[in-house]
Amino acid sequence: MSQRFDGTSSYIATDDLKMAVNAAVTLERPILVKGEPGTGKTQLAIEVATALGKPLHEWHIKSTTKAQQGLYEYDAVARLRDSQLGDDRVHDIANYIVRGKIWDAFASDEQPVLLIDEIDKADIEFPNDLLRELDRMEFFVYETQQLVTAVHRPIIVITSNNEKELPDAFLRRCFFHYIRFPDKETMTSIVDVHFPKLKRELLSEALNAFYKVRDVPGLKKKPSTSELLDWIKLLLAEDIPPEVLRGDDKRKAIPPLYGALLKNEQDVHLFERLVFLDRQSGSR
Amino acid sequence: MLIPFFFMLREGGMKTSITELLTLLEALKRGVAGQSVDDFYFLARAALVKDETELDRFDRIFGAYFKGIEDTLDDLFQDIPEEWLRRQAELNLSEEERAKIEALGGFDELMQALRERLEEQDDRHEGGRKWIGTAGTSPFGAYGYNPEGVRIGQAGSGNRSAVKVWDKRQYRNLDDSIELGTRNIKVALRRLRKFAREGAADQLDLPDTIDKTARNAGLLDIRMVPERHNAVKVLLCLDIGGSMDDHVRICEELFSAARTEFKHLEYFYFHNFIYEAMWKDNRRRHSEKTPTADITHKYGADYKLVFVGDATMSPYEIVYPGGSVEHWNEEPGAVWIKRLLNTYSKAIWLNPEPQSRWDYTPSIKLTQELMEDRMYPLTLAGLDEGIKALA
Repeated sequence: MSQRFDGTSSYIATDDLKMAVNAAVTLERPILVKGEPGTGKTQLAIEVATALGKPLHEWHIKSTTKAQQGLYEYDAVARLRDSQLGDDRVHDIANYIVRGKIWDAFASDEQPVLLIDEIDKADIEFPNDLLRELDRMEFFVYETQQLVTAVHRPIIVITSNNEKELPDAFLRRCFFHYIRFPDKETMTSIVDVHFPKLKRELLSEALNAFYKVRDVPGLKKKPSTSELLDWIKLLLAEDIPPEVLRGDDKRKAIPPLYGALLKNEQDVHLFERLVFLDRQSGSR
Repeated sequence: MLIPFFFMLREGGMKTSITELLTLLEALKRGVAGQSVDDFYFLARAALVKDETELDRFDRIFGAYFKGIEDTLDDLFQDIPEEWLRRQAELNLSEEERAKIEALGGFDELMQALRERLEEQDDRHEGGRKWIGTAGTSPFGAYGYNPEGVRIGQAGSGNRSAVKVWDKRQYRNLDDSIELGTRNIKVALRRLRKFAREGAADQLDLPDTIDKTARNAGLLDIRMVPERHNAVKVLLCLDIGGSMDDHVRICEELFSAARTEFKHLEYFYFHNFIYEAMWKDNRRRHSEKTPTADITHKYGADYKLVFVGDATMSPYEIVYPGGSVEHWNEEPGAVWIKRLLNTYSKAIWLNPEPQSRWDYTPSIKLTQELMEDRMYPLTLAGLDEGIKALA
């Protein structure tokens, strides 16, 4: 049996996430990771590569990305130019085939980790165009009549933000994991990993305040793990004592530096309004 | 092995395929999961569930199957809506019950007591929920049903027993069975796409380059063209408020799907029927109106016009001046829709009401006639037909 992924010193993986990753690693099938923004989807691939000591290939998808670009591109313009200049390279079409990220990963000498980031950003047919490539781990280069087969089937991590739904045929070929928002316990260990010297007291007060903000109904964008980490960094930089964070006192209910947690103007307004109402009812 | 479980998943309405089952079996054979039930649950979930909205359903079926309880399957389809329960809980809480909660030492104590009581039951969570649900007068009944169905088991997460992981049903609030997924709508809308070249020339035009190079006696003459863009223009008019409230969700889906599919998409809202003005922001519908005449002037005849509305109202609202329920309209709605249709030759009306009811609603028949029969039900098939009529 191959290596196992157990999280790293900088990444806390829950049991179910470890299981999904290990299943994908063992069976050499792609793993699709979904979840709220800021829960460490992209980070997962980087950490898997680090933990297993494998090279990482990253392919970031944009709305204009085509599936073909991941395989290879034929640079016809360069060839045309070379033919004008009388360059010898022009006789071999292979000189003008530009490798894509998937080809790079397939050609790797040791088993690589391939990250296909934010697959939902691309055109709706994009995943369908990669079915065979991800399934058989091979593709055909028409210009050179060459079949490219993966030397080692790469560990493929695919992330999605749910902007578009993915086709069933594509989903069938993947393992799936939905990164749930971490509970307080997991969150404590995540923060521990990032700020090892953080005072216990400050951490627990910060987490309390954080989950309170998350519980505010009607927020457009709930603060996520990455925002929490930024916020704690700020709290440390400003050297704010834990007592300030304690929300029991109604008059001080706004956590300091909350701009790091709420990124949306409407959310900030809503939050301030709620706190204001809260204070009024508190002073009565 | 696991075949009955597989069929139970299918019966439970999950779209699990044989490929996925085989994947799971292969993973088991390769020893991915150890001997623990927890491991098996995680593995099965990763292999068989591909959508977070189905996680809750999977948890329930998994729980039912591995507890050997078959009859909970029926229960899956008759779930009490959370919202309703939550509201009930708030409404039903009398002064007396509030006092009882206080007596029990506040909510935390209450939850703790509740949890213990749940564990005492032999029946599983499912039954337990009912038990709490029916005991409506007790403080447990009122508040005991936690909307997330989660916190009941939460305190013990340190040493959680195997069954609890799925019995916690953490994914409950993600479960929303969408009948008409946005993906389907998008695929239907793609038919409308019409590509045209506009904007900066940044792509090599190969045929033209070859042609020009040949004419240039073999000296390279590179020709560029703009990239192809979807050039279809759509004017979307959505009915909002009143009888449309039931259909808001389906309209929102259509709208969100439509938004990403076209470069030029303009949308306006109206209430019940089209009159002399429409608006863009429903919150400021009374202050920021756009005159319908301005719309026809501003957006050219090459726009395709799509109405979405149930067309269910009193026929007076369509045919008489002053028929609108909201304001005094000088000219009847029928006149205004005629004007719009005169400008935009490509127009359809999508109706979320079931087609079988159309004949019994005079206002729908009237609208049908005004639209010259270009009314389609807001289903996938209807959308398909409508798009064909537009193209």
